[in-house]
Amino acid sequence: MLQLILTLIIYLILVIPVGRYLYKIAAGKHTFADPVFDRVDGVIYKLGGVEPDKGMNWKQYALALVGSNAVMIAIGYLILRIQGIPFFNPNGIEGMEATLAFNTIISFMTNTNLQHYSGESGLSYLSQMTVIIFMMFVSAASGYAACVAFIRGLAGRVTDNVGNFFADLVRITTRVLLPFSLVGGLLLVWQGVPQNFSENVVVKTLEGTYQILGMGPVAALEIIKHLGTNGGGFFGANSTTPMENPTILSNLIELYSMMLLPGACVITFGKMVEDGRRQHQKNNASGNTLPAEQEGIIARIFGKEGKSIFLTMGILFLAGLSLCYWAELQGNPLLADIGLNQSAGSMEGKEVRFGIAQSAMFTTVTTSFTTGTVNNMHDTLTPLGGMVPLLHMMLNCVFGGKGVGLMNMILYAILAVFICGLMVGRTPEYLGKKIDGREMKLTALGIIIHPLLILAFSALAVATAAGQAGITNPGFHGLSQVLYEYASSAANNGSGFEGLADNTYFWNITTGIVMFLGRYLPIVIQLAIAGSLIKKTYVNESAGTLRTSTVNFAVILVFVVYIFAALTFFPALALGPIAEHLTIWG
Amino acid sequence: MSKKQNKKLLTPEILKQALSGSVKKLDPRYMIKNPVMFVVEIGFCITLLLTIVPELFGEVDSDLRTYNLIVSVILLLTVLFANFAESVAEGRGKAQAASLKKTQKDTEAHLLDQDGNETIVSSSELKKGDIVMVVAGEVIPGDGEVIEGIASVDESAITGESAPVVRESGGDFCSVTGGTTVVSDWLKIRITSDIGNSFLDRMIALVEGASRKKTPNEIALSTLLVSLTIIFLIVIVTLYPIGMYCGVQLPLSTLIALMVCLIPTTIGGLLSAIGIAGMDRVTRFNVIAMSGKAVEACGDVDTMILDKTGTITFGNRLAADFLPVESASRSDLIRCAALTSLRDETPEGKSTLELARRMGEKCEELPGSSFMEFTAQTRMSGVDLPDGTKVRKGASDAIERYVMSLGGKIPADLHSHVEKVSSLGGTPLVVCQNNQILGVIYLKDTVKPGMAERFERLRAIGIKTIMCTGDNPLTAATIAKEAGVDGFIAECRPEDKINVIKKEQAEGKIVAMTGDGTNDAPALAQANVGLAMNSGTTAAKEAANMVDLDSDPTKILEVVEIGKQLLITRGSLTTFSIANDIAKYFAIIPAMFMAAVPQLSILNIMNLSTQNSAILSALIFNAIIIPCLIPLAMKGVKYRPMSSGKMLARNMMIYGLGGIIVPFIGIKIIDMMIAPILTAMGV
Repeated sequence: MLQLILTLIIYLILVIPVGRYLYKIAAGKHTFADPVFDRVDGVIYKLGGVEPDKGMNWKQYALALVGSNAVMIAIGYLILRIQGIPFFNPNGIEGMEATLAFNTIISFMTNTNLQHYSGESGLSYLSQMTVIIFMMFVSAASGYAACVAFIRGLAGRVTDNVGNFFADLVRITTRVLLPFSLVGGLLLVWQGVPQNFSENVVVKTLEGTYQILGMGPVAALEIIKHLGTNGGGFFGANSTTPMENPTILSNLIELYSMMLLPGACVITFGKMVEDGRRQHQKNNASGNTLPAEQEGIIARIFGKEGKSIFLTMGILFLAGLSLCYWAELQGNPLLADIGLNQSAGSMEGKEVRFGIAQSAMFTTVTTSFTTGTVNNMHDTLTPLGGMVPLLHMMLNCVFGGKGVGLMNMILYAILAVFICGLMVGRTPEYLGKKIDGREMKLTALGIIIHPLLILAFSALAVATAAGQAGITNPGFHGLSQVLYEYASSAANNGSGFEGLADNTYFWNITTGIVMFLGRYLPIVIQLAIAGSLIKKTYVNESAGTLRTSTVNFAVILVFVVYIFAALTFFPALALGPIAEHLTIWG
Repeated sequence: MSKKQNKKLLTPEILKQALSGSVKKLDPRYMIKNPVMFVVEIGFCITLLLTIVPELFGEVDSDLRTYNLIVSVILLLTVLFANFAESVAEGRGKAQAASLKKTQKDTEAHLLDQDGNETIVSSSELKKGDIVMVVAGEVIPGDGEVIEGIASVDESAITGESAPVVRESGGDFCSVTGGTTVVSDWLKIRITSDIGNSFLDRMIALVEGASRKKTPNEIALSTLLVSLTIIFLIVIVTLYPIGMYCGVQLPLSTLIALMVCLIPTTIGGLLSAIGIAGMDRVTRFNVIAMSGKAVEACGDVDTMILDKTGTITFGNRLAADFLPVESASRSDLIRCAALTSLRDETPEGKSTLELARRMGEKCEELPGSSFMEFTAQTRMSGVDLPDGTKVRKGASDAIERYVMSLGGKIPADLHSHVEKVSSLGGTPLVVCQNNQILGVIYLKDTVKPGMAERFERLRAIGIKTIMCTGDNPLTAATIAKEAGVDGFIAECRPEDKINVIKKEQAEGKIVAMTGDGTNDAPALAQANVGLAMNSGTTAAKEAANMVDLDSDPTKILEVVEIGKQLLITRGSLTTFSIANDIAKYFAIIPAMFMAAVPQLSILNIMNLSTQNSAILSALIFNAIIIPCLIPLAMKGVKYRPMSSGKMLARNMMIYGLGGIIVPFIGIKIIDMMIAPILTAMGV
């Protein structure tokens, strides 16, 4: 308990400077490192023919994002297919099968990192570096770029310019992801994570048997895997293996590197919206504006609007973490019945060096922040403990990964504002912009997509022989496996409820489609909302305006998220984890 | 006054109409306009089919027929209840319209042709552009414009105000409304609209709901409701195979029941009724809104531009004292002031004369005097006496200019008098005789009682008030302070009003204003909410989006509150409807799966007796809640001005928390009542 609280307190301290830094990068403000990075970026812009100051409207931005991603998918697919060539391939890995390559490339381009292969036997070092690690940077940067453009739309003054996608992509990669990775990667190497091009090492163990130790550029992948909320492990066992995550310190480094940037996004959002509002008030310095409110220290750090969003995400996160931790501490009554001591909680599938607390923490974080890396096997979590990661992927807005979580949360905020705004007797407005039919339509679409993908494909899987063939557990747990796989794909999380026999045509293709749609449809819709809001004039703020920066609003938002997102999945969850829980405890 | 009528929610007549209306509205072509209820209707058709042929979609237990029948009956009731709500709202609107229509009686009209010959025709034959003659005692046959004559007209049929008003050609008092009666003199009127398309006709059509369009906010809310419906459709459609996988075969009627419970039928059924009732509440207030959008915009008003005279003050500025300058005698001042007011029919003039008489001045009209009326250009009135003496009274700057143009001088103490009057909240009228200024008439303006409290209330909900007045800045400031408005514009001309509106709108504010004159028309059109007085000109009424039949400008304050109340009602019922889903889940989910997963009965926290009674109880609750909420939808939720935070917390407590708790209780009660009946029926 204490270690969980300490872990979270350290996070809250760390997220502030990172948030400020990210805000400066996003808003194009001066930072201490500009002299170096301006030159680096300049060279890249020149090479790529990018005109960083040339703004784009939302359609151009979305097109640039989807188009550049499509090109990378094509190239990456080719590399995976021909990775068998003896080039950075000391372990002699063969080329990848077509549907698996399709699934893998979409998985990594969409920042999902769902793995239907095992890294040590499925990928050459060439693929690991040019496809996997490369995509981990670019897909994360694409997500953050979309988020920054989205925020510009919300905070924007009446123009039709959400920024330049290529400039955002480059700036985020060179100024955030690369330097952070360099530092974090070296810290991991210090903790013992390998970083080399050697072939795998075979050692004789104390018991006299032989064991293969995986080698390769592990640390480089490991850090961006978390920093970019990617989650695809170098090895099949992901961050449970000591080669990826050897110590409690490396565990914390990985934990914080997934949590920092999504949290920092909220600060960026709060501060940029605040800037927009100040600018607006300055333009209208007619003396009619409300007197400046007493701003608390928290509001100053997060920005007023950022504060309530961060609080909402925090409440949802803590609720999930508490349930997961409590459920795992209860142990497994079936194992207790056959005489296994459950006083340490349910340790099945968990690493002894992490224990219940750090495992529950990692599980909740990896699904809330949609990373998908695991330091314990989610399949072996207790039913309720396993429902938390499932639920958080279904919500897909509890911080979320690479800025996308924030965008999803804003959709729920728009919904909440719509209902609450009416209840104070005004037509709804958010961040000083009126929410009209068009925004509502787009928001509704954005919210429908997620349950549609998860439920429709889960229904398809349990209703067809090809789908059922992959399910390895009977009954309710089998349903949980299926729900988890599609929730993980749709939320671009990528963690697996391991145990699903998923390297088949059916699972490769369906999850590929779900990942693709789950990534690009919402981003395009959200950019459309930003593009529509940016053109609107600010509406006046008065005592009769609904305040969205209050604790009250945060609480309402929590309810809106639970009612709209969780209730949708309630029948499915009742038949999956809840039924399983009631059965084993009944 | 007509707003006193129809306070009752339901009259037998409305009930009769509403009952037949709710059946007529079952027509799918009509239902599809309300997608949420349309889905329920489809659900009803499917369950009805399943009642007739239970094995339509595969083999099922044979005892499902009765159960399917009960489900389909409840679904039909749900749709009927929703239609009933809408019909009641429409019925009340129609009743309101009927009382307005009574003024549209067919009358005889004296049609004048080009040569001035009179023919008698029926008012229904009149066309736009026709010229008619109306003499005392006759009813004005249609909306029109006075082109000749002056008469007093009794407009009580429309406004409820019994005192007759003067109508004359030219200026702001030239417009007449069909159905009103000329009580003295005669008027020559040019008809300005075809019969059946008069101002009142169009208004009545709006009130009847014939030309009702969905407002932008209604469209956005409908989008939300439709998307919720789609989400729950997805949930239900996918639940069937998922249930199969877990070994539960769900009867189709149960799936439909669950879906109808989850989709927002409560608000879906009441949404259009809320909108119609909102318009109706405004109408009951004797204000006619041109569109629902206008009423909605009222809720968003940030700034109100109010005319001082008539709205904030009584406007009858009455003479209270005479203040002579040092160089003139008091009796001269009183005499001249009285002389200028002899033919002055304004309250200012009358009260000046009265005060002068009370002070002992006889003031007889000298034969051969020629009087000048007050005009907006000269801003003074007066008289030229037979001996050539010109006596004038008027605004201080106008008189000063007049006197200077005649080579006179401004007395040194004039300004101190003027300012003294102004600072007291009065209006100074300066009196001069030829080029000599005599002194000042102190006109007192009285703020209507209760205005300060009302502005305080508006401030609490974030609405800023700006007072417009033709007075000088000092006078304006005094009245503004007394009334408690947030800002004022002194010496305001019509174009100043537009500029203020534009400036406020540029800051993203929604502006409301009232007006009656033709020169108010551009400002009324520019404002987001323009409330024109029925006594005003046609141009003003056309430009505005609301017309007050009583011509009482203070009503804008109430109209804004009605607009807010409309939005709050919509939001509260939406919240209530969505919050209900939690309880319905807890009723239906365990009931659906208990057979396959007995442990799920732990979720049956309401302890409902059987599976079927649980599902049916939830469904019945879902249907019954619609008629239960009709009174609330019609009357609107209670509205008290308070800050947005407090209001949100309060309404969330009542409709959010209430929406979670009420169905738990309701479903349990219904279950206790129907369980024995169901057992008896063998379901």
